[in-house]
Amino acid sequence: MFTVISRIIHFGLKSFWRNGWLSTATVAIMVLALLMFVNLIIFGVVTDSAAASIQDKIDISVYFKTNAPEDQILNIKQSLESLSEVKNVEYVSRDKALEVFREAHKNDSIISQAINELTTNPLEASLSIKARRPDQYAAIAEYLNAPNLSSYIDSVSYSKNQVIIERLTAIVENVNRGGFALTVFLAFVAGLVIFNTIRLAIYSNREEIGIMRVVGASNSLVRGPYMVEGVICGVLAATISMIIAAPIFYFVSPYINVFIPGLNIFKYFYSNLLGLFGYQLLFGIGIGTLSSFVAVRRYLKN
Amino acid sequence: MIIFQSVSKIYNSHSVALEDVTFQVNPGEFVSLAGRSGAGKSTAIKLLIGEEKPTKGRIFFGQYEVNKLSDKELPPFRRHIGVVFQDFRLLPTKNAYENVAFALEVAGRPQREITELVPQVLDMVGLSEKRGNFPHELSGGEKQRVAIARAMIHRPEVIIADEPTGNLDPFHTFEIIKLLEKINQLGTTILLATHDKEVINVLEKRVITLDRGRVIRDEMKGKYILV
Repeated sequence: MFTVISRIIHFGLKSFWRNGWLSTATVAIMVLALLMFVNLIIFGVVTDSAAASIQDKIDISVYFKTNAPEDQILNIKQSLESLSEVKNVEYVSRDKALEVFREAHKNDSIISQAINELTTNPLEASLSIKARRPDQYAAIAEYLNAPNLSSYIDSVSYSKNQVIIERLTAIVENVNRGGFALTVFLAFVAGLVIFNTIRLAIYSNREEIGIMRVVGASNSLVRGPYMVEGVICGVLAATISMIIAAPIFYFVSPYINVFIPGLNIFKYFYSNLLGLFGYQLLFGIGIGTLSSFVAVRRYLKN
Repeated sequence: MIIFQSVSKIYNSHSVALEDVTFQVNPGEFVSLAGRSGAGKSTAIKLLIGEEKPTKGRIFFGQYEVNKLSDKELPPFRRHIGVVFQDFRLLPTKNAYENVAFALEVAGRPQREITELVPQVLDMVGLSEKRGNFPHELSGGEKQRVAIARAMIHRPEVIIADEPTGNLDPFHTFEIIKLLEKINQLGTTILLATHDKEVINVLEKRVITLDRGRVIRDEMKGKYILV
């Protein structure tokens, strides 16, 4: 058993080395396919964070009448927080609102003066609500429409922003769905390209397989070395593709950052290096050995 | 002991390769299978090594009934036979030494035995100097000697040679035939398929003559005669 395994590995390594050109071509194609694969993973991160950054911009604000008692507002806040749709609720008191307003207009002397002349605070307290998913804002707005709340609430921003919110919701959903579909499709293409490359490489060895069979080699001794070659190709291709991907992400990262602030793909790539390399290895070795296994099988009859 | 028992191989109604062929080869014999191209020699050999299955009849090799072997049972069965082909069928990515060693490696023999036996056999076929050469660096005669070394190294009971001299000039042809005779003298059964009249007449051994898929003659000290 040990002799068989060590011979299989030995044959595989030797044949990979001696079929230098064929091996190089196979690895090169696999590198391209794996580059596409790692790009897909990063693309997924980009669409996710694009969607998240859009989502983060959406909220609804409830403005309370100036005479609404604070404990009542806090009650409403609490009841909102207990809703499953609500991610978080931020309370801005009347004093806080005035402070923010003052801070925002401190360089405008006329407004500053006008505020100072006021005897009462004209600003309303508000709650700013974020939903877990963008399509849940309608339900939250509906909740706020309840008649028992209408005596405290002055206005809800949702009705004003409804169109924009709905449009953004649609964009987020489409980006997520489209990104996933594209990823699955392109990963399938990458897999198919690798499979065909290996199939062709083994096709060119079909006579050799026939000779081995006639000499009395068992199926595992014929198939094993090709699977070892598949593993070597997978490991090499995964390593090379990561080495090529690093500078690409390094240079592209600032441009993506312009579109989606706060997203640094190179940093993501660097901090997830091991995980991504693991995916590449898994994909490369998996499809390499599987392709070899399937491709050799048809030549093992007779 | 090889037995063909009423064996027929029919590819389709226009192409009958073998028809009701019966013969027996005893241990230690040197038997030539003669006939023109297309007479059924190669088909008989393919059936004997299990590359194809007969349409009718049974084929026995020692304790094996070849026509009943499954894909899985074929490799261990083939280790009892050494096969030599007209087109040599050497592994192109292995050198002479490795091609010969391969027959022992597939049989799972230990490395120690391989390093001891392979040089001996290469020496016997006169290729000690060329052990590191790859098939494309060898002449036809040399390739065929590597193939014979590979066929005999695991001491099979039978060596089957299908037109082994078909691609060789007369000088190398007789070199190969002498080698086969030598192996036969050491006790190995030889089944030689050939259409080479000279070879058969020089051998003066048993000849089974095939014509259009049928056995038309089986003589103990045969000559190459086609009627």
